Amino acid sequence: MTAVAQSSLRLLRRSPWSARFGMVVILAYAVTAIFAPLIAPYGETEIVGIEYEPWSEVYPLGTDNLGRDMLSRMIFGAQNTVGVAFATTVLAFLIGSVAGLTAATLRGWTDQGLSRLVDVMMAIPPLVFALLILTIVGTTMLNMILVIAVLDSTRVFRLTRAVAMNVVVMDFVEAARLRGEGLWWIMRHEILPNIMAPLAAEFGLRFCFVFLTISALSFLGLGLQPPTADWGSMVRDNATLISYGDITPVIPAAAIALLTVGVNFVVDWFLHETSGLKE
Amino acid sequence: MSAQNEPDTGGDDLLLRIRGLKIEGRTEEGWSEIVHGVDLDLRRGEVLGLIGESGAGKSTIGLAAMGFARDGCRLSAGTIEFDGRELRAAPETARRKLRGNRIAYVAQSAAAAFNPAHRLMDQYCEGPVQHGVMGRAEAESDAIQLFERIRLPDPETIGFRYPHQVSGGQLQRAMTAMAMACRPDLIVFDEPTTALDVTTQIEVLAAIRDAVQQFGTAAIYITHDLAVVAQMADRIMVLRHGLLVEEGDTRSLLSDPQEDYTRELLQIREFQVDERRRPADAAPVLEMRGVTAGYGAATILHDVSFQIHKKRTVAVVGESGSGKSTAARVITGLLPPTAGEVLYNGEALPPRFDRRTKDQLRRLQMIYQMADTALNPKQRVRDVIGRPLEFYLGLTGAQKRERVRALLEMIELEPDTFIDRLPGELSGGQKQRICIARALAAEPEVILCDEVTSALDPLVAEGILKLLDRLQDEFDLSYMFITHDLATVRAIADEVVVMHRGKVVESGPKSEMFTPPHHDYTDLLLSSVPEMDPDWLDRLLAERAELARQGRVLKAADN
Amino acid sequence: MGAILSMVAQRLALGLLTLFVVSLIIFLSVEMLPGDITQAILGQGATPETVAAFRRELGLDVPAHLRYIAWLGDIVQGDLGRSLASKREITELIAVRLWNTLFLAGLAAAIAVPLAVALGILAALFRNGWFDRGINLVTLSSISFPEFFIAYALIFLFAVQWGWFPSIVNVTPDTPFWERVYRCILPAVTLTLVTTAHMMRMTRAAIINLMASPYIEMARLKGLTRSRIILMHALPNALSPIINVIAINLAYLVVGVVLVEVVFVYPGLGQLMVDSVSKRDIPVVQAACLIFACTYILLNLLADILSIISNPRLLHPR
Repeated sequence: MTAVAQSSLRLLRRSPWSARFGMVVILAYAVTAIFAPLIAPYGETEIVGIEYEPWSEVYPLGTDNLGRDMLSRMIFGAQNTVGVAFATTVLAFLIGSVAGLTAATLRGWTDQGLSRLVDVMMAIPPLVFALLILTIVGTTMLNMILVIAVLDSTRVFRLTRAVAMNVVVMDFVEAARLRGEGLWWIMRHEILPNIMAPLAAEFGLRFCFVFLTISALSFLGLGLQPPTADWGSMVRDNATLISYGDITPVIPAAAIALLTVGVNFVVDWFLHETSGLKE
Repeated sequence: MSAQNEPDTGGDDLLLRIRGLKIEGRTEEGWSEIVHGVDLDLRRGEVLGLIGESGAGKSTIGLAAMGFARDGCRLSAGTIEFDGRELRAAPETARRKLRGNRIAYVAQSAAAAFNPAHRLMDQYCEGPVQHGVMGRAEAESDAIQLFERIRLPDPETIGFRYPHQVSGGQLQRAMTAMAMACRPDLIVFDEPTTALDVTTQIEVLAAIRDAVQQFGTAAIYITHDLAVVAQMADRIMVLRHGLLVEEGDTRSLLSDPQEDYTRELLQIREFQVDERRRPADAAPVLEMRGVTAGYGAATILHDVSFQIHKKRTVAVVGESGSGKSTAARVITGLLPPTAGEVLYNGEALPPRFDRRTKDQLRRLQMIYQMADTALNPKQRVRDVIGRPLEFYLGLTGAQKRERVRALLEMIELEPDTFIDRLPGELSGGQKQRICIARALAAEPEVILCDEVTSALDPLVAEGILKLLDRLQDEFDLSYMFITHDLATVRAIADEVVVMHRGKVVESGPKSEMFTPPHHDYTDLLLSSVPEMDPDWLDRLLAERAELARQGRVLKAADN
Repeated sequence: MGAILSMVAQRLALGLLTLFVVSLIIFLSVEMLPGDITQAILGQGATPETVAAFRRELGLDVPAHLRYIAWLGDIVQGDLGRSLASKREITELIAVRLWNTLFLAGLAAAIAVPLAVALGILAALFRNGWFDRGINLVTLSSISFPEFFIAYALIFLFAVQWGWFPSIVNVTPDTPFWERVYRCILPAVTLTLVTTAHMMRMTRAAIINLMASPYIEMARLKGLTRSRIILMHALPNALSPIINVIAINLAYLVVGVVLVEVVFVYPGLGQLMVDSVSKRDIPVVQAACLIFACTYILLNLLADILSIISNPRLLHPR
């Protein structure tokens, strides 16, 4: 285990500044999200002043359209928006990777059935599909998590299936089959360890995608519902300020952008390292 | 800097002069040296053979002669003088203008080195036109003449085909023609026949030699096969680990090698086990009886039958596409036959492997050609060998550990050093040994060896063959040896089965198979194996010409 | 040639099948409407009579398969039904907006595609140079930005601070072409920024992937110039992945357009769809969804067929 720690430390020391910047950003967001109630000066839905107060010492980022403290809502937004996106990504991964792995290992009809189903689901643009389903089932948070997780799991399925296929055709998998090993053993011991790197990278990319989709839905007023503090809806609620030359509404949008940039930087470096693409 | 200043090293006809060449490759830890200071001289019109195993640096040196280093490599020291001009320090533009124009390159796999998006003629003409040697029309008519000279079929039209429409042997000759396009002073041949079947190889060797002699072109011929280089080169340099081992005139180097390593290389083909005759009344351990099999509508195997007896080695020989690997897939149960059956000790095995019992699976083990892909890169040696022990024999804990160590000793790898390694930390030969140990751990009776030595260097391959031979005696194993290499057959087989286009052409004891007369195909196959004798190719071509006059044409189908 | 025709025919059949299944999904999604949802849409005060009337309006009283056939038949004839909210013909409601959306997406594509391919080729050409590294960081960042961030940032700078372009894009069928282009610049640039990055990175990757192949090494050893190697030897073989990524991004434009339309209050199909979702105007959502899905499927189909045609192995069989 110390060898692993040492090699990851060595890897870290070689990382470019962009990846380090990304890691710092991710860490900062995680800390903010976890300790949000401790950090935030005011409550999440507490009305502290009049509407649209400018930046001041009392309200560092002013107040929003209902007179709630912008900074506090930004901090709670880290918990809500990032937390929901993270949970959705984990769910999408559970569904997609198990299905993808099964399809690649079993092949035959299982693979055909799952792949065609995914083809059809991917034939509809995800945001549009999500809008349709949410119209029907209603825009609750749980519904949104489920809908986006299922839609996004199709992409996880495609990737997992593709990388697992590359491993399945290897002789060592054939050797395990010929030894008489069961399906689960082959998936767990022969295939999974060899596809962890691309899956980890994909997790980062999918998180970004889910995060952006959820923010987009919230921005459209169809995602996280008020009074929950959420970056997407904060942009929407305060958008009018822009026309008065006030950049406050862009700040939650920038917060979203900064996190996705950070994750993308780390993933980009990680992919570069694990794919052996040196220069 | 120029050749005139160095009159003592070979006079005016010296074309290439390399001194103290060092080449570095990029690794995880930084730059590490691959070639450690090599000198090389080449006169005009001379053919120099570079020989060595993988990792000897021969390709890297060959490319360095063009002032070129692959991505991730760099020419770190030394001088490369081509026709009096130093290339290592020269600007890239200057080097670029020499490449393809005065120094040309022929790659190992022509099928991969021709661009799939363009016709052969467009690729041929690109060099001469871009270097301003001749115009497009002139280049085209020149190409047709060259195609004719190297005896490509339909020289008038073959250039207007795409690479995937032309066979491998023909592409390799077309690539030689392309290298000739600007009438270069030097051509670097980088293992040009390694990817070809042995029967196809002859025609390509003949074409290359012909073309080089015709234009008095100097050549560097890179190969790992000493017998091939013996036919092509005037002079040979033996390389190992990026250093020169020995250098000399071809005939004297072959007849009187000075270094131990060269001697070993020459002796490789001498290892041979004594043939054991099939026991008179014993039943075979494994038998294929009237097997017909294929994928979908395509039938690959037609009514194939052969037997493998206890403690015997049956070599199944044939070229790519002969169906020998498909036969192995039928035996292992990966491909159920459409007709016929596989018998084990007289009893029919279930056609599909997942219908076979654990014990049936255990008795029949397999070793693969590419040890790289046969070992899970994430599993340590102890787990690779330990798994069958646990799975088949129920060994766990200390018992399992002791057995793994014993198996490692059996395959001549020090247990303490190797037990915790990952496949990435092993050499090619060591990996193949681990695969053998994994098969052995199941305590099998029959082992299918699918081209187990063809991806290995000759000396390493010989070690594997000797190991397999020893294990056969110790454990009473039967081997089915799938191979295209007749030297391997000669070394290890008791019986030989020759396959061609999915049928068994001929079969019998080894001694009979290596004595004429034969089926045409067997003759073609046997006579195509290069020999160390530098006159072998001339003699063979003369013999075949003579046979052709008598109406018996021995020639690979795709030539 | 036979192989190509049969492959293209196969793809076309598959595309039609997908369209059929997608229409089925869109139709059936309404089936999933539980009884109390109709109540929720109509509000607390709805009487059983109004609920029944509403279900009749949606046609829920006729067996599903008959309704599907009738619905599909109407759509094929260009009749998308009536809006629940405004009671207007959906076809009439959508026509102008669809044209507006296509105009905006087309404008963005006309800027983004040539720009992305050119930048991708340049980045591959100057691989690992300052240009490549710089553009890598810029594109990686712009992929990460939400569309509304870019949109508001552009509005803040170009509309509010400097006042060069309008922040609310108001076009009518009478707006002259160039005036329309001028007004659409900010939304089009937003969409361009989002899609160019992705296309450019994939173009670069597709070319660089090939740079390690033996025929590229051969081309280098033939002494060809770097630009000739990339344009004549790598690019023709990278066409298929590049076409694919362009199609994916054009399809993505259709989705991105939804958000951008909302930000710029642009009278397009996406804006209409979002409005209808909040109003739960199901027939309109269905119609918009169907149109978006069709565009998406057709673009992917086109990419598939183009990449088959660009493969020399298929184009010139043995």
